[in-house]
Amino acid sequence: MIILTALSLPFMMREPIDLPPIVSVELIQISDKTKIPFAPKAAKILEKIKKEEERIVSEQAPPSEKKKEKPDRVPMPEDLKKEKKKIVKKKQNPEEIKDEIRQASEFEKKEIFDPNKIAALIDKSKQDTAEILKKDKKVTQSNVKNSFVSGLTLSEEDALKAQIFGCWSLPLGLPYQKNLLVRIKLRLKPDGTVLRSEILDHARMNKPGQGFYKVLAESALRAIRICQPLRVPPTQYEKWKDLQLNFDANEMLKG
Amino acid sequence: MKKILFLIFYLFIFNNSVMAVIEVDITRGNLDPLPIAISPLHLESGSQDIKQGDKTIKNVGEKISQLIETNLRRSGLFNPLKKESFVQNPDIAHVKPRFEDWKLIKAQALVTGKVIVKEDKLRTEFRLWDVVAAKEIVALAFSTRPDNWRRVAHIISDKIYKRLTGEEGYFDSRIIYVSEAGLKTQRIKKLAIMDQDGANVKYLTLGNELVLTPRFSPKNQLVTYLSYFRNLPRVYLLDIETGVQEVVGDFPGMTFAPRFSPDGKKIIMSFAKDGNSDIYTMDLDSRVVEKITDHTSIDTSPSYSPDGKYISFNSDRSGLQQIYVMRSDGSNVKRITFGKGIYGTPVWSPRGDLIAFTRMHNGKFYIGVMRTDGSGERLLTENYYQEAPSWSPNGRVLIFYRETKSDSDGKGFSAKLWSIDLTGYNERLIETETDGSDPSWSSLMSK
Repeated sequence: MIILTALSLPFMMREPIDLPPIVSVELIQISDKTKIPFAPKAAKILEKIKKEEERIVSEQAPPSEKKKEKPDRVPMPEDLKKEKKKIVKKKQNPEEIKDEIRQASEFEKKEIFDPNKIAALIDKSKQDTAEILKKDKKVTQSNVKNSFVSGLTLSEEDALKAQIFGCWSLPLGLPYQKNLLVRIKLRLKPDGTVLRSEILDHARMNKPGQGFYKVLAESALRAIRICQPLRVPPTQYEKWKDLQLNFDANEMLKG
Repeated sequence: MKKILFLIFYLFIFNNSVMAVIEVDITRGNLDPLPIAISPLHLESGSQDIKQGDKTIKNVGEKISQLIETNLRRSGLFNPLKKESFVQNPDIAHVKPRFEDWKLIKAQALVTGKVIVKEDKLRTEFRLWDVVAAKEIVALAFSTRPDNWRRVAHIISDKIYKRLTGEEGYFDSRIIYVSEAGLKTQRIKKLAIMDQDGANVKYLTLGNELVLTPRFSPKNQLVTYLSYFRNLPRVYLLDIETGVQEVVGDFPGMTFAPRFSPDGKKIIMSFAKDGNSDIYTMDLDSRVVEKITDHTSIDTSPSYSPDGKYISFNSDRSGLQQIYVMRSDGSNVKRITFGKGIYGTPVWSPRGDLIAFTRMHNGKFYIGVMRTDGSGERLLTENYYQEAPSWSPNGRVLIFYRETKSDSDGKGFSAKLWSIDLTGYNERLIETETDGSDPSWSSLMSK
């Protein structure tokens, strides 16, 4: 009776299936950082690039003389004459020009530390600022930011954005419900190439569950590298030499 | 004195505002697949050929790189570049790449590597390079049996996918499905298993019993499915490693629509008796059965959330079949779909953020996704007849099956497996030897 009951149970009726086993794959640890050499030709090219980069850095270091040029200062007729002379001399003897610049900057220094004149300048700057703000309010809020604080006009900012939009390949597997903002601070050279870059929320990269952030940050850095030299204005280097790009993928991925 | 201090303070503030760092918001980018160059893996000298069945594989390195390329292209996230445009040869594996050459063809990532087959061992080494940053970002090596080269290619594809997208891949996984053959009226249905790309098909049953709705355990190589025994549908459990199969519970009626709990310790299913169907769970160790829903309507297609706290299911308790969510103990039942037509086969994403479903409306079938509260419904694909979505292990791709119309004799009928990603644009047919239905995706084998 027991045997009959057991035989009538459905699970007793099924034969085991003959399946080939899953073959394991063994992971072998190899060095994270490659120790394989460069191809001879590539090594030469890299050395050349390195040397060029060094040269560019030394050439591009912003001269202190330039810093002391005051954009607000109204050029006096005497200055204009001096400048004309300078230009003539520049062609013949560049060393003399340096002297002239140094003298001019020392003169400006004295001027800055004259308290009476500073007060006058500040009063003037207050008025100027107020006037600028008044004018800007007539246009748009963003113009205030662009022309006064950011130092880029709307069209300059648009040109830069359009350039980076084209270079930024968004990683398509990002989790759209997470914070997908990467802020990168750049120090630019006068020609718009990148001297150094820094991810502002770098600590987030190594946090558990934030693996996607590293991928996103890398894509942003890649976009900057592909795009450089960045489309920055040809003048006013001091204003835009430090630039912060906020890459935000949320808007695009959420649609 | 006060005046001077004020002046210094003002100068400081004024200067700061003028010299503030310019911030530019980048809110748009390129959504094209990432251009990647996959250099054929270099076959080291002294390597042996691989014999696989009747075939002999001479250059396994090339085969592995071709499979990686296919995997990445099918994901829709990568654009593998044409090999004809490559300037450097596969022997690049022995040196650092000349990044300038790869930048020229617009590659943003590069895969190089080498293989050697010796003494019945296949050793594969691969490196992934960020071409723009000119640096190596992944370096790994694997060793296995030579005829297991496809799995090596899938594992490498997963490593590349994870490093470049930030989420787990899904290539080293398998799909269990119902293989179908014959006329619609006389279908022979077998349980079959294959790699996610359709290769290595194995048939698990002979076709003398009807099989339906196979489902993988998320934790191990167990499969649960529905099979008929003496004209009574029963839920079965199959261990793929040992081949042993058994019936789940001795219910005095019909059991169907089985699925595993996220920890793989329970099976949740429907049990029908006297025209009523409710949801039950059974603990696989203790065999204790628990009734989860108790309603006069038909409650079926249960699916756990990945944290095991909630269950989605479909029920006709409101008149038409709709999707509901409740706590795993059966309390707090909430209806989450209110659209026109009927909704069914809800499946919770392994990421926990979405529920996939089938919707029927105006004589058409749709596969869609929505948030777990029912909001944000998106219909990904529309067809004459399609249903039974199943998630890839990373929650990015859905596999389902689609049937075609047939004439009154059952001719012209076919059932095929398809996949679609969350964007709704990357829809692909999965090639199978026979027709197929009811697919279920396994978790990653190498996890």
